[in-house]
Amino acid sequence: MRQPGEKINRRLPPLLELRRPIPPLWYWGVGLGFIGFFLLAWILVTALGLVPRIFLPSPTAVINELIRQIQSGILWQDASTSLYRIFIGWLISTLVAVPIGILMGNFHFFEGLFEPFIDLVRYMPAVAFVPLTILWLGVGDTQKYAILFIGTFFQEVLLIMDNVKTVPRELIQISSTFGLNKWEILRDVILRAAMPGIWDTFRITLGWAWTYLVVAELVAASVGLGYRIMRAQRFLETETIILGILIIGFMGLITDYIFKISYKKLFRWALQSR
Amino acid sequence: MSLPKLHIENVSKSFDLGREGSLLAIQDVSLAVHPNEFVSLLGPSGCGKSTLLMMTAGLEEITAGRILVDGLEVKGPGLDRGVVFQSYTLFPWLTVAENVRFALKKSKLSTAEQEERVRHHLELVGLSDFASAYPNQLSGGMRQRVAIARALVYRPQILLMDEPFGALDAQTRMLMQELLLEVWQKNRTTVLFVTHDVDEAILLSDRIYVMTARPGRIKAELRVGLPRPRKWLETEGSLQFAQLRHETLRLLHEEVRQGG
Ligand SMILES: Nc1ncnc2c1ncn2[C@@H]1O[C@H](COP(=O)(O)OP(=O)(O)OP(=O)(O)O)[C@@H](O)[C@H]1O
Ligand SMILES: [Mg+2]
Repeated sequence: MRQPGEKINRRLPPLLELRRPIPPLWYWGVGLGFIGFFLLAWILVTALGLVPRIFLPSPTAVINELIRQIQSGILWQDASTSLYRIFIGWLISTLVAVPIGILMGNFHFFEGLFEPFIDLVRYMPAVAFVPLTILWLGVGDTQKYAILFIGTFFQEVLLIMDNVKTVPRELIQISSTFGLNKWEILRDVILRAAMPGIWDTFRITLGWAWTYLVVAELVAASVGLGYRIMRAQRFLETETIILGILIIGFMGLITDYIFKISYKKLFRWALQSR
Repeated sequence: MSLPKLHIENVSKSFDLGREGSLLAIQDVSLAVHPNEFVSLLGPSGCGKSTLLMMTAGLEEITAGRILVDGLEVKGPGLDRGVVFQSYTLFPWLTVAENVRFALKKSKLSTAEQEERVRHHLELVGLSDFASAYPNQLSGGMRQRVAIARALVYRPQILLMDEPFGALDAQTRMLMQELLLEVWQKNRTTVLFVTHDVDEAILLSDRIYVMTARPGRIKAELRVGLPRPRKWLETEGSLQFAQLRHETLRLLHEEVRQGG
């Protein structure tokens, strides 16, 4: 027998209610569909020959390039080199940003000391530092780390300062009524409470490091995903450029997911609270 | 008369507002709380109740006057005073038991003794079954019960409470008030309790200080002679309660009208 409710199920679920979750099938469906739309447009435009292939090669050309790079071992070499550079550059930035950000978030003295300088530097474009860093550091990997550092550090340190500042004042006050001194409060309360936010900052800044890869490998590199793109530009190998962009995008996505998943594992207590 | 447990002597507080000058929040307040007494501070919103409590806790600087605990001047926070805030102040990364245990970080008790203390205080607030739950799994009332257990676990001389039940719904609040009375009856600590709820002040207190609108001063001191132990159903129905309620409301009303 047909229930009245059955009919309702066939209708479109409410998709545009304020802050209301939608069925997962819809959520993932529309997202993948949106990507699929671009893929389809790409296939159509190239298959119909609407654009010269030097401007936009076909997906098959890009796939062939991918196969070529995998077989020759170039892809592995480029990807591992770039991943290593990004990780080291980001790690140096993070190792400096964490202590300084924590000091700035907790002590007005350090905020006063560092913030004007950071505000001054953080809008300077990292690309503009390429010639300078080569002059100062040469053409080795140190120069690449320096560019990645310049691109991420100044934003990262401010984000970490904010992460620390969002720890509620009452949490600090109540801790002092238990007899803890400021260093104990800093270690056992503020840092613990700020950790999920800081972890998220790591995720975001590692993402930025990926976007600075091409800048870091702009000159004076002989291997790397960014270098491959810059080189291909010279020879108008458009499929290599597109492949490089896609691979950087995918690798960025993967590192992002690693942080997202580990967040859920590490900070279960921070989920759905408040 | 015995030496007061807590003595607030001619305390004033003004906040420095920078270019806009300063704001006088509290003006020349004096009051005393005796050992094992339950005293409430009642006053309209913004009259400086929280500020006074925070100064007593040592978490806010005193502009003029002084605050004495057992005759010793308050210079900062200390283990002789336990504090419960209105907002939830549990550490979300610790379980209920770990939260209570956290307050014993500076105690010299052995691990076994600490465990026993925690267990006892969780039992006191009726949360033994939730010892290993995390704060984000608890209701608002349960969180405040943990906060109370945590403020009592190191046996402070004075319990300072700032509208601890203010964020709770009416039913939960009544249950919590009765629970607090039970706990206080068993523990026999001295309590200074901030509220703007007349009924709450009467049910709980031995004495009530009514404060004026800003700048906060002591307007009146009321003695609540209701017999203990008190329960909502019995106490609220009595004539004495009604009379006190009327008197307190009248006092408070004058201030609210002025302040508004
Ligand atoms: N840090 C501060 N800086 C400036 N003014 C403040 C500060 N803290 C409190 N005040 C002011 O002091 C006055 C008293 O504040 P307080 O929070 O003590 O009032 P209250 O009696 O607790 O009010 P409520 O019942 O709403 O909690 C208010 O006018 C408030 O705006
Ligand atoms: Mg208040």
